[in-house]
Amino acid sequence: MRGHLPVLPLLLTLTGALLVPIVAVISRRAAWPLALAASGAAALAALGGVVEVLAHGTRRYPVGGWAPPWGIEVVLDPLSAFTAVVVAGVGTLSLITSGPGAASAYRRGTPGFYALALIALTGFLGMIASGDLFNVFVFLEIAAISSYALVGSGGGPALAAAFRYVVLGTVGASFYLLGVGFLYTLTGTLNMADLAQRLPAHAGSPLFVGGALFITVGLALKMGLFPLHGWLPDAYTYAPAPVAALLPAVATKAAAYALARTLLYVLRPTELPVTAMLAWAGGAAIIVGAVLALRQDDARRLLAYSSVSQMGYIALGLGLANPTALAGAYLHILNHAMMKAALFIGVGALVLRGRGPGLAALGLGREMPVTGTCMVVAALSMVGVPPVGGFFSKWYLLQGALEARQPVLVIAILVGSLLALVYMYRLTEAVWFGESPPGAARAEAPWAVLIGLVALAVAIIAAGLGNSAIVARLLVPAAAGAL
Amino acid sequence: MNYPYWVAIGLLMLGLYTMIAHRNLLKKLIGMAIFQTAIILFFMLISVKRGATLPIVVAGVIDARAYMNPLPHVLMLTAIVVAVATTGMALAILIRLHAAYGSLEEDVIAERVAADAARPPSPPSDRS
Amino acid sequence: MDVPSILPGLAPLPAGVAVGLIALSRRRPAIREMWSLLAALSQTVLVLAMVPSALGGATLVWQPFSLAPDVPLVLRADPFGVFFATVSSSLWVLTTIYSIGYVRALAERAQTRYFASFALSLFATVGLALAGNLLTFFCFFELLTVAAYPLVIHKGTDEAARAGRVYLAYTMTGGAALLGAVVWTHALAGRLDFQPGGILGASGASAGTLWALFALFVLGCGVKASIMPLHTWLPVAMIAPTPVSALLHAVAVVKAGVFGLVRVVGFVFGPEVLGDLGAGAALAWLAMATILLGSLAALAQDNLKRLLAFSTVSQLSYVVLGATLGAPDAFAGGVLHIASHAVLKITLFFCAGAISVVTHLEQVSELGGIGRRMPLTMTAFAAAALMLAGLPPGAAFVSKWRLLVGAAESAAWLAMTTLLLSTILNIAYFVPIIVRAFTGPAPAAIEEAPPAVLVPLLVTACAGLLLGLFPDAAGHLLSLAQTTATSVLSAP
Repeated sequence: MRGHLPVLPLLLTLTGALLVPIVAVISRRAAWPLALAASGAAALAALGGVVEVLAHGTRRYPVGGWAPPWGIEVVLDPLSAFTAVVVAGVGTLSLITSGPGAASAYRRGTPGFYALALIALTGFLGMIASGDLFNVFVFLEIAAISSYALVGSGGGPALAAAFRYVVLGTVGASFYLLGVGFLYTLTGTLNMADLAQRLPAHAGSPLFVGGALFITVGLALKMGLFPLHGWLPDAYTYAPAPVAALLPAVATKAAAYALARTLLYVLRPTELPVTAMLAWAGGAAIIVGAVLALRQDDARRLLAYSSVSQMGYIALGLGLANPTALAGAYLHILNHAMMKAALFIGVGALVLRGRGPGLAALGLGREMPVTGTCMVVAALSMVGVPPVGGFFSKWYLLQGALEARQPVLVIAILVGSLLALVYMYRLTEAVWFGESPPGAARAEAPWAVLIGLVALAVAIIAAGLGNSAIVARLLVPAAAGAL
Repeated sequence: MNYPYWVAIGLLMLGLYTMIAHRNLLKKLIGMAIFQTAIILFFMLISVKRGATLPIVVAGVIDARAYMNPLPHVLMLTAIVVAVATTGMALAILIRLHAAYGSLEEDVIAERVAADAARPPSPPSDRS
Repeated sequence: MDVPSILPGLAPLPAGVAVGLIALSRRRPAIREMWSLLAALSQTVLVLAMVPSALGGATLVWQPFSLAPDVPLVLRADPFGVFFATVSSSLWVLTTIYSIGYVRALAERAQTRYFASFALSLFATVGLALAGNLLTFFCFFELLTVAAYPLVIHKGTDEAARAGRVYLAYTMTGGAALLGAVVWTHALAGRLDFQPGGILGASGASAGTLWALFALFVLGCGVKASIMPLHTWLPVAMIAPTPVSALLHAVAVVKAGVFGLVRVVGFVFGPEVLGDLGAGAALAWLAMATILLGSLAALAQDNLKRLLAFSTVSQLSYVVLGATLGAPDAFAGGVLHIASHAVLKITLFFCAGAISVVTHLEQVSELGGIGRRMPLTMTAFAAAALMLAGLPPGAAFVSKWRLLVGAAESAAWLAMTTLLLSTILNIAYFVPIIVRAFTGPAPAAIEEAPPAVLVPLLVTACAGLLLGLFPDAAGHLLSLAQTTATSVLSAP
């Protein structure tokens, strides 16, 4: 079993995805527990992967026994193990909250949802585990197609949003594929380690430049990085609540991982200004996303633009590419996944009990204190109040920006925090100090939602207090191989 | 001559343009299909060698220079499958969109979505 | 000499635990108040237990884990930290007693949130007092901002909500500036721990860089320390209930800001670096301006609490001024003033609260003759006010005297003039209140404040007097202040 750890997480979710519809024919109510078991097992496997990496270093797993560079390779190294835990863990917590009783905005316990969610998780986990560029494309599209379906399942405006997502997502994935094609033409190999060795010899070639640019643009689009974020606001606003609990938390993070991996570990474009562009796009995203979030009245759209802003932090860290900034970016992958999941889950619960997603209709903090408190913890993390998790990713990003002598980016990060304060304050104020909407059900969120929320809130605090261990033992080694 | 590559690029641009310029969602979808096909064409082009034949083994000929590079073909099989799945997904969405809003024009749909949003909210309902 | 010990880690614990216990006892007011009181008492005892070692040179250090790979969470009981922790903890005890009487008398709402936020604020205050490096300090500093917010908006009115927004806007902006400063310090000096005499001396940074860094620190801490023009939030926040104003805005929040500034001046930059830069002088100018302008603004106020707020703005800068003058006496005087002002200002706020409880009046102009009906309250007010102005043998006289001596030692004539002028202004805005209270027709249907409210204010008034007579009692406050001053100013 230990030998197969690199592929185990995605195999578990894939198996779950296949089993859920079959089992559901027999017993519809078994869909949720089965899905939970599959993703929970995947999360445990991912955790096992981290333990393995910490104990024995990087593991390479040739799929089917075919040796690289001809065979497809799956790699378990500090960064991929870390991100796999984030995706699988947060994914599991999100699935917990979409259990019976929570999903009335989505047909209760629909097996289709769970199967799609598991396929999406397979896609994300596959993107993360891949050691081969084309394999990343395959899993990218697996994740994407299931994401399109998940978003579109909301009906009405969600369909329009999903179509836009389809078109733009395909453009992004296709750009990525084109870039991969360029690199293949140049070197004849698709294996990441092999490419990393061969590419420096071709550094000046137009194919290399083209490939680097196409890959970066494609993945940036998938990541929702400004100005390629057009699909994101609508998709996350109209997606049904269980989907909104899952996708915003993990989808963009997997894409960010893919970008980090290909740009910083394979392409390493030291002569091209790609990383600089990425850093500045990140800085712009932080500010623009936050400013757009300020003006929103729909809580979900506010959170969607907030995601645009927060992905900017990650992009900024990746673009600065020094070890401290990278540690901050990777840590933010963890922190943002958790806080976005908590916030979307919380808003979903409030909308469930209340009368709609507008800020004015969310004033249920007093009736739903646990939900409200968990949202406050997530909000504090979003703003960057110590010692909650979000503060520390900003700490490392700030240090990284200073090391790279980019005072403007330092200011962008700080201003971004203040803007985040404003829009998070608006949301929190609406929840805790707003008027209870008339006719709203006066009850706390369903227990499944509460378990997930509280677990996320605790994890956010723990990630803050324990960040030093994570950074020192996982993220710094992960950043060591970059650029 | 590199004119096949120019054709691929042309198709790429055509697809992109169609996706951006047309308001009809089905036409956008067609543009997307053209876009994906252009990329598939590009990959096919890079597998071609001068004087080589299809990558199916001819008895007695083992020299690699006699056959086109099969790897891009294989990769594109996957890409075609992905394209089919994506197109199918998009068509399904379009069918539902048409059922919900009665039109496939982007602006008309946006109008009707906004009109829906302006109406007082009803409790979240079950959707399939 | 650093001695590992769990004591500094235990000190914030009662308050932290109390937050949870208070939240759990929402239905039992008596139990809830008991937790608050117990926490306050135990915190005070724990802090006082650290005084001997702080004075003896054996600094107790608690370093449980790392906040970041190269920056540990460290609580260090050095003289300055123990000084501030003692002041805030002991005053928390009195404020809790006062709070209990106050909220009962006024049947205030949301009492659980009130007491829990108080406990959390004191947790944060003791944490930042004992913080051994800038990151630990920053964490508790921001936590204090968040913890005090529910107290500012306590009344739940629109005005309170607005005050809360102003408070957050100012303090969080200051927090962002402070974060920038801390990260920058880390980049320049490679370390963040507080050392008497500063850590930036060896950084090799240019003067321009250090100036900018210092400005950022002043901005960061100066919001809480109410240096003009960053003081605007303080009078606005007076909308909060009086015990909140008393403790937080006379002791915890604003004193944390001033404490932070002194830490920066003495333990991050150091008098040498600041002297070379000339930045110390710039801060001194800001302080002097605040002292005078604050007092002038107080003269113009009719709302008693706003008047006291501006008085606080003015008095806080005494501490800042003392830190920048570079003379040991001035430094010690400034540090001691943290305590003297706290005790006396709290008395004044307690009196204002007592008046509010009994008469529901807040404007000075309406307080005619009150002294005849509330003689004890107004006597305490008069005594505290005059002592704050500098009347011997009050506590503020001791600290002001040292400030003046220090100013004379460093030939800072402008500072001396400012201090003397300020004394006159203090008298100018306090005496009319006292006179008005004791002259004029006594209003009917007013009686002395209830005991739960009256006793604390009498106790603090007496404390103000006793602190002046025996400044080294009560945890050796004077010795702690002097040790701090010597360690900072005579560091290599």
